Amino acid sequence: MAHFTKATSIHDWFNQRLGIDTVNRVLATEYWIPKNINFLWAMGMILAVTFGLLLVSGIFLLMYYQPNIHTAFDSVNYTIMQQVDFGWLWRHIHAVSASVIFLIIYIHMFTGIYYGSYKNGREMIWISGMLLFVAFSAEAFSGYMLPWGQMSYWAGMVITNLFSLGGLHLNGLVEWIRGDYIPSQAFLDRFFMLHVLLIPLIIIALIGLHFGALRIPHVNNQDGEEIDFDVESKKYLAGDKANSKVIRFMNDFLSKDMAVVAIYLVFLFYLVFWNFGFAMDPINFDPANGLQTPRDIYPEWYFLWSYEMLRPFSTNFGLMTFAFAQGIMFLLPFLDRSKNAVAASRRGWFQVWFWLLLVDMIALSAMGKMPPSGIWYDIGFTAASLFIALWVALPIITIFEKKA
Amino acid sequence: MKELLILVIVSVFTLATYYLTETLPSKVNEIHAESHGFAYADLPALTKKGNAARGKALVMGAGACSGCHAITVAGNPAPMDPVTAASAYGVNPPDLSNVGAVYSPKFLAALIKNPAHALILEHKFNAKNGRSFPMPQFYGAGGDKDQEIADMVAYLQSIAVPKDKLTPDIAFQTACGRCHAVHYTKWTQIGQTPKFKKEQAKLEFRTKELNYQDSLIAYLGKLPPDLSMYIRSRGEEYINNFMEDPQNYIKGTAMPRVGVSKEGAEKVMDYLKKAGDPKAAERTSVGKDVMIFLVIFAIFAILWKKEVWKDLH
Repeated sequence: MAHFTKATSIHDWFNQRLGIDTVNRVLATEYWIPKNINFLWAMGMILAVTFGLLLVSGIFLLMYYQPNIHTAFDSVNYTIMQQVDFGWLWRHIHAVSASVIFLIIYIHMFTGIYYGSYKNGREMIWISGMLLFVAFSAEAFSGYMLPWGQMSYWAGMVITNLFSLGGLHLNGLVEWIRGDYIPSQAFLDRFFMLHVLLIPLIIIALIGLHFGALRIPHVNNQDGEEIDFDVESKKYLAGDKANSKVIRFMNDFLSKDMAVVAIYLVFLFYLVFWNFGFAMDPINFDPANGLQTPRDIYPEWYFLWSYEMLRPFSTNFGLMTFAFAQGIMFLLPFLDRSKNAVAASRRGWFQVWFWLLLVDMIALSAMGKMPPSGIWYDIGFTAASLFIALWVALPIITIFEKKA
Repeated sequence: MKELLILVIVSVFTLATYYLTETLPSKVNEIHAESHGFAYADLPALTKKGNAARGKALVMGAGACSGCHAITVAGNPAPMDPVTAASAYGVNPPDLSNVGAVYSPKFLAALIKNPAHALILEHKFNAKNGRSFPMPQFYGAGGDKDQEIADMVAYLQSIAVPKDKLTPDIAFQTACGRCHAVHYTKWTQIGQTPKFKKEQAKLEFRTKELNYQDSLIAYLGKLPPDLSMYIRSRGEEYINNFMEDPQNYIKGTAMPRVGVSKEGAEKVMDYLKKAGDPKAAERTSVGKDVMIFLVIFAIFAILWKKEVWKDLH
């Protein structure tokens, strides 16, 4: 057992037992971040703050929500939205944050792709991030079931139907997932459990992994410069802060993060109070009705691109392209054959590839909500084909890439 | 400068995505309908000036309105309770007390003359299929028919609440409430749900409600939807255009044209807002306070960043 002395202060008392000075040094004051970064490096903190908002608002909503197919709709739209003081505020924060968090996730992902921050030792950052993306998608989908409106019901019907895997007709699997032939009480109960317990636990664990994965390779910087963190941090600690290429996580990096977060919060809460329609689909304000299919069934905006990977093709082939779209991004670090971990602007054809991918995914998203016919079908078909082509082309264009 | 450029790029792609996944699809997928301000241009204009006293005699006498309709303000009670009336006619005939305030006079006149035509229900009630609308046409009481109708309309207007006293409750209950329930305001098709002292009374009321709804289903083909959340699920524009002419959105629907006046429609809208979105005002006021707080917070956050980073450059 370690040697304990009489504490000289409360701080000392805790420090002897918990080593808080060491923890603080390792996690905050001597966790070194490159100085050469822009505000896109604050997306991680924005995501953490938004996740925090979702967690807190979710806890308040959980106190009044009733996971019962007869009362769920009214517990949300009447009890929470009308009777509970500020219940509407929690719900709006929850719904808007759930939508906006995907915008930030996409910006975060495209930042990583643009600066090549997924290779040369940073593979696990990318992979754990992709796992988080999947977990957040599952969290969003399960949460969307809970108000038990028309879109909850029919989106639940459509998405769980995917598990029959087209021509394989695995209807037994679909029933097993639903707990019934159609979305019903068992369905709502299990998605409730997933949404408030299992998936949040997985997300929190994955966030830990994601942060941990950053520790050894360190964060990338704007110029993809390889920094000797030992040398630079010594320079900083010796007092030469201006010439050191690194900064402390706390307060240096954090102060910049918080400035970006604060500006982001102004934007987020503007949406919460005045422009929330995009996050709260009107169709879902009709109670679930298994006998009346809505005219339009579409997912939330952040799933539209992968939905459109499914739609232009026949059932079986569409499922394959859909699965391709879900899985292929995990392999990005291995499909990119170039060693260059620098901005796409310095990477020749990869730059073209990057902007095409971005525009293509936006085009797919747009077509996902259009009627699947005529010109919209053609654009969707082209965009989906281009998506596949881009990923097939990636190893080829990067293998010939010159050293930046 | 570079950060500003990045911000512009991120914003442009974000706004483009918003436009393409939110604004554009709703334009493409929307069923287009336009409001004509509840003018009912297809119906003939009122040419005669009505006389309320003569109108009263017609409504209570030769017009035979009071045989089926309650006119509570004039001391004429409902001939039947709502459930019995609905089983006889399909739907409970409206109390005429405030129709003069809620409906357009032009529409009222056209309705008295030929109900199925004014209500745009001729696809349902016509000579071909032999079905006639429960309310008979007014064939005249021996004089100038148009004058008689103008008199009756004048009378109905004279007994109704004055325009400035027309409440959302009166407008909604008169125009929509006999077919549509709004359980967030505790409104049922047979009236406001009372407070019950005993479970039996509650069950009795519920039984009446269900019996009434059965008649409605037989009459209309399905139970008209509960309108509690319609302000959020359909939005003002849709409700407005739908009220003006339901055929705008659902061809062949059993829902009649309501015939409300512009003012009546506004009051109905107020009612639906109260039912489905009563926190709208609070949202704006709390929103303003939160924005003030966040802007101040952002100023301090930026100042802190500047303070910390002044040694780093």
